Amino acid sequence: MVPAQELNVRPARRRRRQAGRTSLGWIAAFCLPAFALYGLFVVVPLVTAFYYGLFRWEGTRQANFVGIGNYREVFTRYPLSEEITAALGHNVLFFVGTMAIQNTIGLGLAVLLHRNPWGKRLFQTLFSLPYLISPLIVGYIWSLLLSPTFGPINYVLRGVGLDSWARPWLGEPDTALPVLILVNAWQWIGGPMLIFGAALAGVPRELEEAAAIDGASAARTFWKVRFPLLIPAVGVITVLTFIGCFNIFDLVYALGGSDGGPGGAMDVLGLLYYRTAFQGGSNAIGESSALAMLIFVFIFGISVVLERALRRREVT
Amino acid sequence: MKALMTTPRTTPGTTSRSARPDGTRRRPLTRGIGIQVILWSYAGIAFGPLLLVLMGSFRSNAEILRAPVGLPSSFDVSNYVRAWETASISTYLINSLAVTGASVVLCVSVSALAAYALARWRFRGRALLAAFFLSGLMIPAKLGLLPVFYMFQSMGLIDSRIGLVLLYAAGGIPFSVFVIMGFMRGLPGELEEAARIDGAHEGRLFVSIVLPLMRPALAVVTVFQFAPTWNDFFYPLVLMRSGDKYTIPVGLTRFFGEFAADRGTLFAGLVIALVPLAVVFALATKQIVAGLTAGMSR
Repeated sequence: MVPAQELNVRPARRRRRQAGRTSLGWIAAFCLPAFALYGLFVVVPLVTAFYYGLFRWEGTRQANFVGIGNYREVFTRYPLSEEITAALGHNVLFFVGTMAIQNTIGLGLAVLLHRNPWGKRLFQTLFSLPYLISPLIVGYIWSLLLSPTFGPINYVLRGVGLDSWARPWLGEPDTALPVLILVNAWQWIGGPMLIFGAALAGVPRELEEAAAIDGASAARTFWKVRFPLLIPAVGVITVLTFIGCFNIFDLVYALGGSDGGPGGAMDVLGLLYYRTAFQGGSNAIGESSALAMLIFVFIFGISVVLERALRRREVT
Repeated sequence: MKALMTTPRTTPGTTSRSARPDGTRRRPLTRGIGIQVILWSYAGIAFGPLLLVLMGSFRSNAEILRAPVGLPSSFDVSNYVRAWETASISTYLINSLAVTGASVVLCVSVSALAAYALARWRFRGRALLAAFFLSGLMIPAKLGLLPVFYMFQSMGLIDSRIGLVLLYAAGGIPFSVFVIMGFMRGLPGELEEAARIDGAHEGRLFVSIVLPLMRPALAVVTVFQFAPTWNDFFYPLVLMRSGDKYTIPVGLTRFFGEFAADRGTLFAGLVIALVPLAVVFALATKQIVAGLTAGMSR
């Protein structure tokens, strides 16, 4: 996505003229506030978490050094060992489901808006309206709308004769996760729609016209001409979706509480970390720090790999 | 970073269609209607739930239990009064405004300074420093919550709104630096050179020349710092103790516990919580679109 790209220092044309001109004092005055703030409250805690994870803890007292002992414990101590695989599985399903539903619909809407620009701005605004709402509020809105007896959704289903469809959507393990995916997609659909929209607007018209003149069908033009040029957008969206899906916390908390809904059907890594850290046993600090590091390495590592892989496939 | 300034171009008309060789002029019209139908139905899905909440907020609890969907029988604001006063949503709202406002100002100011230095000056360690800031774009900072908790405990910042402000400002730095730096790179430096030749020192130059030029980028960053901070739930859930210091999201969890049976009041509380963001959205749609596509441009 971004950082690596920013690292490429521009060939500094101005280097010679400016060398030594900005004094160290000014550099410090400009860079230090951000450096201190970001370092102290973002970087230091993460490094500290790594350090904490290497020790055994008794309550808040740091006991002996155990190396990777806590990491082993996370994977072997029941029930944590089972919860972590379940939570990871839910995160993966959630990511796959979001890619399949949210981003496909987002692409579809972007294409429709591109083909038929009438009211484009209005629709863009309407569709991305939920984007700014707090995920927690989104969760509460939908938990009210989906509530079993007095929720509008079930009321409407019963009203149109689909009584058998009406169910406690968030109370059944089978429907909880799909509902989570749909509610999340409802909120974030504006992102892929706008990003795909911007990418579509950037496709030169001549290419499509040339394909049309050559007799290519609309579908063929889309898949062979336009879609390859959307690959960079697909890359950006995949990485953003991945990060979003593995960081999810608020929405699940609002829909299913800190245990992740019925039978933990919506339990995700974020909730698991929260429970381990603040409702855990005597070694909570050690275990949760190890868990935090695992999640961190996983998210960061996969984002970097995804980003690299997708960038290589870009059409030049 | 070109897309930072311009919203995605609207493609004018349907020029390509007339270029179709097979002369199917009729089909675009029916298809156009079909597309409009799809778009309007999706608009219903996107907007309908919010409408249900709004309608519910004016209905009494008894009405809602009798018929969960329906128009309010009268324009009854008693739900709002109850949510605002009894459930102290007003307190949460003020806390949210204070915390969000302060953290946005802090974050945007320090980021603007650093981003300007990183974009314009050449100094040793510059690339490393830029990488240091930008690495945060992919780091889930919330995983450091437990150490933050103990650090705050030793600093006396537990249950303190100042602590929240510092955390949010710090968390927003990577994105802000990224956007402002990209914007500065696309900006010619002649004005600054001229001011330098006229003898302005760097601080003066930044305030009177650079800041005004940066305004579009600052607007994007402000909006994008505002929304997640306003919405955040995780930090106050863990770090705040007393109800009178809660921000809206944590306040809402308490509110949902207290008023679980009173749906009308719950709907009204949700509407109150939504209003400030609706205002931001109305004022800043352009910046939002620009920010969403900021990562895209080459």
